[in-house]
Amino acid sequence: MFKILEKKQLSADVFYMKLEAPEIARNRKAGQFIIVQVDIDYGERIPLTIADADAAEGWIAIVFQAVGATTFKLSQKTAGDELEAVLGPLGNPSVIEKKNAPVVVVGGGIGVAPCYPIVQALKDAGNKVIVIIGARNKDLLIFVDEMKKIADEVIIMTDDGSAGQKGLVTIPLEELCKSQTPPAEVIAIGPPVMMKFACKTTEPYNIPTTVSLNTIMIDGTGMCGGCRVTIGGETKFVCVDGPDFDGHKVNWDNMMMRMGSFKSREQEEFHKCKLQAQVEKLASQQQE
Amino acid sequence: MAEQYISAIELENKAAKEYEELRAKINDGSFSPKDRMAIPQQNMPTGEPAKRAREMSEVSLGYTKEMAVLEASRCLQCKNQPCVNGCPVNVQIPQFIAQIQKGDFKAAVDIIKETNLLPAICGRVCPQEKQCQGQCTVGKTYKSAEHAVSIGRLERFVADWERENNKVTMPVIAAATGKKVAVIGSGPAGLTVAADCARAGHAVTVFEAFHKAGGVMLYGIPEFRLPKAIVADEVENLKKIGVRFETNFLVGRTDTLDQLLTEKGFDAAFVGTGAGLPKFLNIPGENLIGVFSANEYLSRANLMKAYIKDKADTPYYEAKNVIVTGGGNVAMDAARMALRLGAEHVTVVYRRTRDEMPARKEEVGHAEEEGVEFRFLENPIEVIGIQSDDRAVNGRVRGIKALSYKLGEPDASGRRSPVAIPGSEHEIACDALIVALGNGSNPLLVRTTEGLNADTKGHITVDEKQATSKAKVWAGGDIVLGAATVILAMGEGRKAAASINEYLTK
Repeated sequence: MFKILEKKQLSADVFYMKLEAPEIARNRKAGQFIIVQVDIDYGERIPLTIADADAAEGWIAIVFQAVGATTFKLSQKTAGDELEAVLGPLGNPSVIEKKNAPVVVVGGGIGVAPCYPIVQALKDAGNKVIVIIGARNKDLLIFVDEMKKIADEVIIMTDDGSAGQKGLVTIPLEELCKSQTPPAEVIAIGPPVMMKFACKTTEPYNIPTTVSLNTIMIDGTGMCGGCRVTIGGETKFVCVDGPDFDGHKVNWDNMMMRMGSFKSREQEEFHKCKLQAQVEKLASQQQE
Repeated sequence: MAEQYISAIELENKAAKEYEELRAKINDGSFSPKDRMAIPQQNMPTGEPAKRAREMSEVSLGYTKEMAVLEASRCLQCKNQPCVNGCPVNVQIPQFIAQIQKGDFKAAVDIIKETNLLPAICGRVCPQEKQCQGQCTVGKTYKSAEHAVSIGRLERFVADWERENNKVTMPVIAAATGKKVAVIGSGPAGLTVAADCARAGHAVTVFEAFHKAGGVMLYGIPEFRLPKAIVADEVENLKKIGVRFETNFLVGRTDTLDQLLTEKGFDAAFVGTGAGLPKFLNIPGENLIGVFSANEYLSRANLMKAYIKDKADTPYYEAKNVIVTGGGNVAMDAARMALRLGAEHVTVVYRRTRDEMPARKEEVGHAEEEGVEFRFLENPIEVIGIQSDDRAVNGRVRGIKALSYKLGEPDASGRRSPVAIPGSEHEIACDALIVALGNGSNPLLVRTTEGLNADTKGHITVDEKQATSKAKVWAGGDIVLGAATVILAMGEGRKAAASINEYLTK
């Protein structure tokens, strides 16, 4: 059992949770992920990236958006509750090196959370790190203060201009690529479409760009092959070969298509869950 | 073609009558060797094919007491015991069958358990026609292993009888030695090592990455062939003798093997991680929507219980016309699972012929009875997807392009190898393709453990006692053998446990 130590709501559907998981906290490195299952009899196994951890205190943190049945059920849990299954740390750690030019980390939506341990590790390795955070609007921005504390520069972009500059993350990214000191490396984590266009932006400048993929998985250890993606024309498993890949080699269209494999069923389940939660809430109100 | 289906009730009534005749002859002393040879082989009672193909419950219903005694009475009790030599763990087959002939089922199961710790499972999933039954004298007389004494069904009968009648006796456990053994993986090899090392008095911890113990017996082999309650029972029995299970623990990531041996203080470790990396076809279109490894397809249904639609959060892929490629047990399991998940039409495409199929004969027969179609000497060379502006359907499988084959010379496996017929490309429509071509070895443990050697295929190399290149570490099962069987994994587990126990008493 894995106890929820703390829960915070970061925006309308986005939650932060600290989980008691000393074994995972002890061995995890930046870029690794976990598989979470709310209940072991009928629950689904979903991959979530580790957003933060403390080995001494024995906890890891996750950030997730309630967009499906499992993340919704997870969002209904509170501090003190327990999760029945958490497996990790999974996947290969991010490759962190000291670079001779700035490293640009681009985080979109909840993808900013997994960027946080990577920025920490990059800073620990002595890099200059510029962070670009993108969100639809000001209310959906997360981890801004945390990033400002550790990064050399933080650029905020919102679609509607309600915070930072108006526009997509690719605008400042392109400017940095064109600048006198172009980045030695770009790391992009966020919605697939954002990662795809971040890669398209850096490609003409030949700037190595790493992305972290989060696909459909069951075991997270290589057994099911559900997470497979096409990288440079070859089939790779996100769980054992990734989750980090050379973004210029990812077949984004295939990956995005595959992520929709179960879309209709997922939406159906999600609505059922939300409906049930509402019914339960109403029932408890009536009892009061 | 599949034999004519006979209902369970008819088989039971027939057996009851035959049993009375047998008892009468034995009682009046007229039972002759000729009578023995005349006892008809007892068919396994099964559910009605059209009905069971839509249900998850077990297909083979098991022998009745009368059937068991009749079938056991067909055994000639050969002095040279060819069946024992055919068994990877050398179960004392004639001896346990003799007890069934006498009606002492408890004595029978105790004899099996001296060598085979999981008879309820092996009785169900062993490829008996290639092992014990392949050597049986009765079968040889009929020139067909299918007419051999049904050793597997008898093994299952006594194991089920023992469990259902609460007659399971716990093994004697030696005094605690204070030594700690780590078992990595909770499949058949791991459970066997856990049992044998716990009996020797060592403190055993089994590490399992999934949230439940049982390995392939849980996620791979379906409920309709091996009820999960039986696997759970075996795990419970191990807990009763003091074995600890650490689920949600991936050795190589949560802790490395070295961390277990140093920081966690384990004195020995057994690696039984199985064959956990599905092979794909390496053909265009294999990453389209609706192409699954059999592992994924079966795990969704078995382990994640996707078939219980109103309760399970894990979805399964809804397809009406399913193609399964491969010819082993896993291909049969996937094909039959597809029927149970609502497919209207399921076809197994196999590049050789029926004779070369590695699947158990019984599974092939059951699949045919249930309506699975077989296309031999064909193999996919491309998966074709829907191209549409509608994102709901774009990229979903609509068929395969296949080549036809003919059989050529025997290959390294001794089977005649298929040779492609040039220009024979053709399309077969389907809306899902399940790839059941076996597994490669999972590289995680070898990659993260210094000094643990593997061959070019990634199989961990071991000596005759299952010891690896690394001190204090043994290995067995599919991670050593490549994809094999439950019984072979168990056999390796027994050898490894004996060697571990010997090492720990030094």
